[in-house]
Amino acid sequence: MKELAIIGIGQTPVGEHWAVGLRDLATEAIWAALDDAGLDGADALFVGNMLSGEMAQQAHLGALIADHAALAGIEAVKVEAACGAAAAALRQAVLAVGSGAAEVAVAVGVEKLTEQPPADTTAALAMAADGDYELPMGLSFVGVGALLMQRYLYEHRVPKEAFARFPIQAHDNAQHNPHAMFRSPITAQQYADAKMIASPINLLDSSPIADGAAAVVVTTAERARRLSDRAVRLLACEVGTDTVALHDRADLLWLKGVERSTKKALARAGKRHEEIDLFELHDAFSVIAALSLESAGFAERGCGLCHAQRGDFGRGGRLPIATMGGLKARGHPVGATGLYQVVEATLQLRGEAPEPLQIPDARVAMAQNIGGSGATVVTTILERMEG
Amino acid sequence: MSLARHWRLRDQRYRLEGTACDDCGTIQFPPRPLCPNCRSRTLSPHPLDGRGQLISYTVLYQAPAGFEAQIPYAVGIVELGEGPRLTAMLTDVDLDALQIGMSLEMTIRKLRSDGDDGVIQYGYKFRPVQFEGA
Ligand SMILES: [Zn+2]
Repeated sequence: MKELAIIGIGQTPVGEHWAVGLRDLATEAIWAALDDAGLDGADALFVGNMLSGEMAQQAHLGALIADHAALAGIEAVKVEAACGAAAAALRQAVLAVGSGAAEVAVAVGVEKLTEQPPADTTAALAMAADGDYELPMGLSFVGVGALLMQRYLYEHRVPKEAFARFPIQAHDNAQHNPHAMFRSPITAQQYADAKMIASPINLLDSSPIADGAAAVVVTTAERARRLSDRAVRLLACEVGTDTVALHDRADLLWLKGVERSTKKALARAGKRHEEIDLFELHDAFSVIAALSLESAGFAERGCGLCHAQRGDFGRGGRLPIATMGGLKARGHPVGATGLYQVVEATLQLRGEAPEPLQIPDARVAMAQNIGGSGATVVTTILERMEG
Repeated sequence: MSLARHWRLRDQRYRLEGTACDDCGTIQFPPRPLCPNCRSRTLSPHPLDGRGQLISYTVLYQAPAGFEAQIPYAVGIVELGEGPRLTAMLTDVDLDALQIGMSLEMTIRKLRSDGDDGVIQYGYKFRPVQFEGA
């Protein structure tokens, strides 16, 4: 596999984009990334998306978006892995360029979730779970997260209020991110008073549905050195899987997909946990933030919250997480989220994060995108390119 | 859910029929074509007796389309006596009395008042054990 780099990034604001369709949103992100790279085209396009069929009655996004972006004729396919679709699309771009099949590949994630009735959107998102054995029982996707959180409270004997740390910190960061959906801070009292969605998950434990698109341009490290002085090395982008149905896991509180994907990515990148300077994790629900930190090896089992309370994962801590607001406050346009994470990690490594979000001297960043409740996990490791 | 799909799942919905591996004895629910433990392809149908305990639960206040009329309602993960776990709606129980570890038994109930095609779907739900030792 060739050494790779990201030479361009693009993102649209996350929010409600009623005036813009899927293809326009994706095109905006693709060309923001190509312009950033100083390129006028690509050899291949991989489109991450979960729900275009259900939300917009639109399949066949690869060719559709390639054409709309005036890239008609190139290789282009959609990649779907529930909320892990965008990083799964990046994985395909990595394989395409890493193998030599393409010189330049674009990965774009795009999703529009805000224009259908809420119950229909809830039903569509639930398709990330098991359609034969979870959904017919009335389970929603928030319900899946709630089953994890209830078990976490029971097994690890932590007070529910302890989870407030994650959304409070996410909102605190997002207020400085111009692309974020929620740009105002929240308080512990607001968390305590928040409306219950699926107990014990309340509105502020849960990331918001949103529209958005984000894209990156991948090429070889050799070419990147010639083309750009702002490229970052793409050391690893590795996929791990687990059962889709939560009930098929003997241990609810250990995300094996996270463990597998993290270990593969660290091994591929030749990095150790201590070398990671920031972690864009998949905080779809506050409990997933805790479980990700534990299963990825950044906190002992049951101790994600205690480390969070000590400030380990804040801006000045040993491992800042969700530095631009995370899924919770930047917003969670599901099939685009994984590439927002990679765009944000790239900004940090370039030293271009908006103040005061810039992590001083950030050299190595990890981004982790999760499909469903941990069934597909894609871990990406990036490194600042020296001279 | 399509009629064919509901019909295909009838032995699971009404009788909790799983599979038992002929080679290693592991029991699965739902049924599988290959044993996840030893990859054997010889598995036999194996109905489960429908008793278990609650591993986790949630009470839903926002429902997916088709379940709106039932909120608030509880869904849980149940570990059956034979080992497999499943997801089921919890019924005949005070929502405030739900507790991890409580003993549950299967009952057949209406799952949805109205399917996509107008067919009423029945299937398993779980309720607190009514007669201990029965
Ligand atoms: Zn077996």
